[in-house]
Amino acid sequence: MVSENSRNPKVDLAFRRKKNAEEMKHQVVSFALMIFLTIVAFITVGYDGIDEWLKVPFIVLLACIQVIFQLYYFMHMNHKGHEGPQFFIWSGIFVTFLTVLAFMTIVWW
Amino acid sequence: MHVEEKLTAETFPEQPEKATLEGKNKFIGFWVFLGGETVLFATLFATFLALRDSTAGGASTQELFDIKLVFVATMLLLTSSLTSVYAIYHMKNFQFGKMQFWFGVTVLLGLAFLILEIYEFNHYMHEFEFKLTSSALGSAFYTLVGTHGAHVAFGLLWITTLMIRNAKRGLNLYNAPKYYVASLYWHFIDVVWVFIFTVVYLMGMVG
Repeated sequence: MVSENSRNPKVDLAFRRKKNAEEMKHQVVSFALMIFLTIVAFITVGYDGIDEWLKVPFIVLLACIQVIFQLYYFMHMNHKGHEGPQFFIWSGIFVTFLTVLAFMTIVWW
Repeated sequence: MHVEEKLTAETFPEQPEKATLEGKNKFIGFWVFLGGETVLFATLFATFLALRDSTAGGASTQELFDIKLVFVATMLLLTSSLTSVYAIYHMKNFQFGKMQFWFGVTVLLGLAFLILEIYEFNHYMHEFEFKLTSSALGSAFYTLVGTHGAHVAFGLLWITTLMIRNAKRGLNLYNAPKYYVASLYWHFIDVVWVFIFTVVYLMGMVG
């Protein structure tokens, strides 16, 4: 904890608040990007200039990028001490991949 | 640091959610839970993807979905994710009032989302006779989107309860992990929604 190492807690607080404000700025930027990706995905669906077969992989890719932002910025997985969360979430994603793959190839009716 | 310690902005730890052993345990335990939730939704998504063309002669996804409604719902939930980031930002700065305010905004946005979803389901049932038992698509759709909606409803109750329970207590190391974990849950709901609007609605409109 920073407050235990510093001699002046008031200076320390000012520094921490500045650091938090800076991080908040990054959060707002990633929010703007997420909104942008969402709008692109919605436009893609109604847009005639793109081949139909390309639309699905493209919007799925946009969703994956957006979720990475959500996990690593909004849910702070980019911070230190998130080895456990990384392990659990990526395991979940791995199981998701297997489950979706199995159901889409085995179920035919 | 101790749970009952009286804190000021100066002495409040940098990571209040992990300053106590209880907080640390809540943090790691909650991520285990989120890993499990991922698998729960994986099964529902997989079922939906496998059965999304099985309409049994009833309404198809192309006939049902309205892009405007889905877009508004998506914006509401995405914005509520940002407002809960603001709440945690103020928590780290030891500004209890501002944190409560932004959690309040989050709840209102979530509520608007939920009302929209109820309207949507009601619309499908009455206009298209599209029900849980209509077809394999119907079962898969309502189970997946409905489970997500139930998570939203639970999240609203959870955050509201936290806000009311701690309104007069202020922020301390006992309730900071609770607020933090609730905000993680709320973000996770948004993560799931990103895939729902993409896989269910947008892919359903492409065909």
